[in-house]
Amino acid sequence: MHNVVTVFRREMASYFATPVAYVFIVIFLALNGVMTFYVGNFFERNQADLAAFFSFHPWLYLFLIPALSMRLWAEERRTGTIELSMTLPLTAGQLVIGKFLAAWAFTGIALALTFPIWLTVNYLGDPDNGAILAAYLGSLLMAGGFLAVGSFVSALTKNQVIAFVIAATLCFFLVAMGSTIVLTVLGELASGNVADFLRSLSVMNHFSDISKGVVDFRDAVYFAALICLFLFLNVVAIDRLKAA
Amino acid sequence: MIEIDHISKTFGPITAVDDVSFNVAKGEVLGFLGPNGAGKSTTMKMITGFLPPSSGTARVAGFDVRRDPIAVKRRVGYLPEGAPMWPDMTAEAFLAFIARVRGFGGADAETRIATAIRRTQLADVLQQPIETLSKGFKRRLGLAQALLHDPEVLILDEPTDGLDPNQKHEVRELIRSMAGTKAIIISTHILEEVEAVCSRAIIIAAGRIVADETPAGLAARSRRHNGVLLATRTPDKVRAVLKSLPDVAEVTSEGDGRLFAGAKNGASIITQVSTALREADAEIEQITVEQGRLDEVFREITTRQPAHA
Repeated sequence: MHNVVTVFRREMASYFATPVAYVFIVIFLALNGVMTFYVGNFFERNQADLAAFFSFHPWLYLFLIPALSMRLWAEERRTGTIELSMTLPLTAGQLVIGKFLAAWAFTGIALALTFPIWLTVNYLGDPDNGAILAAYLGSLLMAGGFLAVGSFVSALTKNQVIAFVIAATLCFFLVAMGSTIVLTVLGELASGNVADFLRSLSVMNHFSDISKGVVDFRDAVYFAALICLFLFLNVVAIDRLKAA
Repeated sequence: MIEIDHISKTFGPITAVDDVSFNVAKGEVLGFLGPNGAGKSTTMKMITGFLPPSSGTARVAGFDVRRDPIAVKRRVGYLPEGAPMWPDMTAEAFLAFIARVRGFGGADAETRIATAIRRTQLADVLQQPIETLSKGFKRRLGLAQALLHDPEVLILDEPTDGLDPNQKHEVRELIRSMAGTKAIIISTHILEEVEAVCSRAIIIAAGRIVADETPAGLAARSRRHNGVLLATRTPDKVRAVLKSLPDVAEVTSEGDGRLFAGAKNGASIITQVSTALREADAEIEQITVEQGRLDEVFREITTRQPAHA
């Protein structure tokens, strides 16, 4: 635990030692604003909720989260610092979890900085703040799932561009898996039970409820399982591929 | 302290390290030599638990690196090749991180960091991000990191690479000052460094140990060992005298009126040579006995075809 905290602190400091943190936060907030007000028609909807805000999060995370996660391991492998990390008395698990939690907490900070939109909706109307809080939690869980996927992919390569493209593609599949487009493309293959199964694995399926403020236990379990699975794969990848 | 037990490493079809075994005791400074690609770094990476061996194992203070890697990593200070460090951290933050990882906190951590900084003379660059440091400072910061927990075992992969002569001298002094209390392995290309700090030298070529001796013992394998180098204004006369001596194997001219007399089977010939020259009344301006040259031995050993049993 002590070691996870130590790794977490080092990683967190490194976000703010470089322009990464500021660029990410500014872009994240700007895109959120554009999506909510122009694409989501926040005002025209004339409803005191943040559905217009949250419904775009899967698509924002789709490329912003891989941009954050691509450097997690690929950079360490390219610069060789992984050799230092892995010869300190730290386990691969401690490193993976420390790095992941730092990236996740950082995403949480960016997400928390969208609070003006919450102030706005409370000023304009009388929203269900419990539902909004639940949606924030759901959004954070989804970000965690994408981060775990991105962190794993980053461990597979030394090249950050490759890490970004593959992670974004995987995340896209996670989002779109249950959508009509994908199911239509798969056609015959994905009929009946298969279609239901794919839909049940899709991030959209689990996030759409949450974004409306309904937190089902199963949705939380889904994201927790997604995170655990990919962090486990991440540890395996680090142990296997660190020197390749 | 360090036991390497029939360790091998293969990468696909390539055998990088081939059944290497040796021990390093406390108080020994082992120079690990070999051409590039001979397997020096790979061996060090296996001892420090970064690479899993394909077969065999390494033990540090009795702990098996395959079974108990964390116990090994706690006892080892390691400077990886090229001294990789996180470029955006400041030197001070980096050392503070290492101290926390090594389990030191509060005043203890501060004392240890201060000691490491003093020993590696880093005080002037503490607030600088690592990416702005010169090669010499980076290398010293890497050393500070390896020394911080005062480990029983130090493994340094090319610790003086990229340093200027003064810095090299300081690093060697530092290694020498720790030699008595630790088991140290350093890899290097610089053969004078082996003579300066190592109590023992292992040469590996193509993944195998081809020599394991004291630096003096290695030098004694040289063709020039115990040979006599002379400077004279009458080389022809001196050459004739030298050639007549029974223990002189060969006489070669090295330019500028300098002659070298090689010793037969490395025997000491200086008495014989000086007596003969005095009797012949030859004018000698300078005379020295050579110990042998490590670089020559190194070249001979590592370019020889490996003798497969």
